[in-house]
Amino acid sequence: MEKFTLNINNEKVTIECTPDTPLLWALRDELGLTGAKYGCGKALCGSCTVHVDGTAMRSCSLPVSAINDKAITTIEGVGKEALHPVQKAWIAENVPQCGFCQSGQIMSAIALLDQNKNPTDADIDQAMSGNICRCGTYIRIRSAIKNAAKNNI
Amino acid sequence: MKSNLSHNKLFKVSRRDFVKIGALGSGGLLLGIPLACNKDKNAFLTGKPDAKFSPNVYMTLMGNGEVQLIAHRSEMGTGIRTTLPLVMADEMEADWTKVKIVQAIGDKKYGDQNTDGSYSVRMFYHPLRVAGATVKLMLLQAAAKEWQVDISECSAINHEIVHSSGKRLGYGYLAEKASEQPIPEESEITLKSTKDFKYITKKTAIYDLGDIVTGKAIYGLDVQIPNLKIAVVKRNPEAGAGLKSFNSDAALKIEGVTKIFKMEASGFPMGYDKPLGGIVVVANNTWTALKARDAVEVVWDKGINTAYDSNKFLLQMQQSVQKEGQVKRKQGNIDKALKDASKVIETDFLVPHLAHSPMETPCAVARYNSDGSCEIWAPVQSPQWVQQAVSAALGLEETKVTINVTLLGSAFGRKSKPDFVVEAALISKELNAPIKLLWTREDDIQHDFYHSNCAQHLKVGIGQDNKVNAWVHRTAFPSIGGTASAEAKGPSMDELCMGVLDMPFEIENISCESQDAKAQIRIGWLRSVHNINHAFAVGTIVDQVAAARQMDPIENILDLLGTDRKIDFYGMVEGFNNYNEKLEDFPCDTQRLRKVVELVKEKSEWGKSMPKGKGMGFAVHRSFLTYVACVVEVEVDDQNNIKIPMVHYAVDCGVPVNPDRIKAQFEGGAAFGTSLALKSEINVQNGAVMEDNFNNYLVARITDAPINTAVHFIENEEKPAGVGEPPVPPFIPALCNAIFKATGKRITRLPIKL
Repeated sequence: MEKFTLNINNEKVTIECTPDTPLLWALRDELGLTGAKYGCGKALCGSCTVHVDGTAMRSCSLPVSAINDKAITTIEGVGKEALHPVQKAWIAENVPQCGFCQSGQIMSAIALLDQNKNPTDADIDQAMSGNICRCGTYIRIRSAIKNAAKNNI
Repeated sequence: MKSNLSHNKLFKVSRRDFVKIGALGSGGLLLGIPLACNKDKNAFLTGKPDAKFSPNVYMTLMGNGEVQLIAHRSEMGTGIRTTLPLVMADEMEADWTKVKIVQAIGDKKYGDQNTDGSYSVRMFYHPLRVAGATVKLMLLQAAAKEWQVDISECSAINHEIVHSSGKRLGYGYLAEKASEQPIPEESEITLKSTKDFKYITKKTAIYDLGDIVTGKAIYGLDVQIPNLKIAVVKRNPEAGAGLKSFNSDAALKIEGVTKIFKMEASGFPMGYDKPLGGIVVVANNTWTALKARDAVEVVWDKGINTAYDSNKFLLQMQQSVQKEGQVKRKQGNIDKALKDASKVIETDFLVPHLAHSPMETPCAVARYNSDGSCEIWAPVQSPQWVQQAVSAALGLEETKVTINVTLLGSAFGRKSKPDFVVEAALISKELNAPIKLLWTREDDIQHDFYHSNCAQHLKVGIGQDNKVNAWVHRTAFPSIGGTASAEAKGPSMDELCMGVLDMPFEIENISCESQDAKAQIRIGWLRSVHNINHAFAVGTIVDQVAAARQMDPIENILDLLGTDRKIDFYGMVEGFNNYNEKLEDFPCDTQRLRKVVELVKEKSEWGKSMPKGKGMGFAVHRSFLTYVACVVEVEVDDQNNIKIPMVHYAVDCGVPVNPDRIKAQFEGGAAFGTSLALKSEINVQNGAVMEDNFNNYLVARITDAPINTAVHFIENEEKPAGVGEPPVPPFIPALCNAIFKATGKRITRLPIKL
């Protein structure tokens, strides 16, 4: 067991775990941040997506020892004061069905729009193809991303 | 899928169980001092904060005006947790912003809670309308009494009773007074007319939307209670087989491991609610539990299904359907008709096993208490079944077992089965501590209740007059019943009524047959169940038949549907099951089938010219009492990459109670169908499943799923029917027929490999 100080949602937190512990389980088991979900454990489904220094990463496959002082943002840290435009777009489209994958979808969508203000269908495909939704909300995800882009986030 | 509760009975149950709280010693005097008034001094909106009006088990009106509505069905993505409360709110004229939805525990007092078989709305639409309208009437009566006026001068408008003079009383204020009113008989109740609906048939956001997009929504794996340990289980790759030996020395040395022990295997068949058995690893946190599980050394025993090879079995079933099987529906003289036919179209269809792979894997929190009670928090479709199964496994009375239902991270039928919750309860008992059981994705894909693999042989005869005169449909698949009983040798009548025996075409000579096939792995029901296999085969062969008749596929179907009629399946098939509803109540009406076909033809601009490499395909299928026609547009490039730019559905599901969620179910159903048609297959060798995660059990991603899906409703006031499952069956053959148009390749085996 080792101590790790992480910068999560703009707060410094210290946790004790083995260095190989994936960030996902540190967030969920140690910090009670359950917005990032377990879906596959192998970076195949995107349910666990968080931002590491603004880049979308799969927290299930990222050991805490590799993070150092990088800034972690989880769904809980997005739109803390007011909803993020992507969250608003998700609400406007009534995107979720079961909702389980949507934290990850929203985190991937925000990272995409941070890099690319006006993504094409191909850009959206590329950025979002790592996020599985078994309910099949893809049509609304695509349209919510486009609407968020239109609203100039 | 039992609809064992008549509307009347349900209401009587709720009448019998009603709780009247609220008089609170006020003796009916007008002591309720309003806590809040709006500008209108005559408007008394709220009453005593502790007043409650709870005339049935589904609703409590609080003195502060809040309406607590019970969601007694499980939310797995269909929107049912919003839809049924909306129905009640509409009839009681409640203000939706004052509604709080409370998820029910598993309890028989709520009636059927088994969220499965696409029947939640079908079963509860009418009773909950009556329940809401009853509440409204009691509020009206209370206000009329308060004002000493005739009730006809009062109306219920948005959480208030309004008198013709303009004075108003809020629902909160009236809560206590309404609780003193006698509960009216159902005959006194008037339901709203369609034109007055405020929420029913209108678009409403799902209740949990805000929590979902901010990560606050709580699913099974998110439940936190004090002192929770994490449990995982190492299971024999062969379902139900046992264990020779194991060595946990190395695993126990890992810091944070609490206990490692053996859970007995239940043998095969083990049913739906028994644990598979294996080695249980309990630790302080998930990562430690997973590492320790890897470190446990195990020598598995072999079971009775060690030789099971799903591909060989599929080919054996294919052999079996070449011969006449057990005839379950027979009309005319099939042999003569086939002999007289000028053309006979014959095709075999093969479908593999499939896994549910809900986004959230099976999981449960269990707390076995020293007083002999047990509390569960879990994402389950059937909390009453879970309660029975857990109490049986622990040897407790059912009343000692509480099942709290969380949100379900999708389910598709997987979370109907209580097995994983029973595992959690047994582990908690063994530890005498609260535990959270996690199934990893590998556990989920390798130890599912799989969709039946299936072989079919269809043979259709076309006469000299170019009329279809003979229809033979043979199917073989392991029965779901085989998971629970070694006696289940093959398809049951109920299973055959999903797309074989309920064939709606007007053909003179018919033989629908089944061949036995034994379950050698856990088989379960997957979204739309055997309709997946049968609609694929039927929807594809009719496209072949259209070509052979040199007819447009839609003209061919309209011809096959024949005269408009309600089909008397009871007269044709002994033991016919109409999704547990009487045909009198939910007929198979070929006029309604024809109308969805005509609507999808019009909306999809069927027949428009398509460039090379593109094609449109069509199919129609009735399942779960809903009529669905589907047109799929497909694009296939030189590398055989398949794109689906457009899907059109025409739907007759009766009154579209929550149209936006129905639309969502069809959009999602097309994506689910895309997975089944293009991506997913489970292969079993030596009794063990070969696939283990999303790198080899493939499902549709944003790049695969349809880019657009339009849903066109038939407008009518028929009783509402299912919408969760019906989108899947016709999509698959429509896609296959579109691929045929685009490439000339006829698809007869899933998943599609061009």
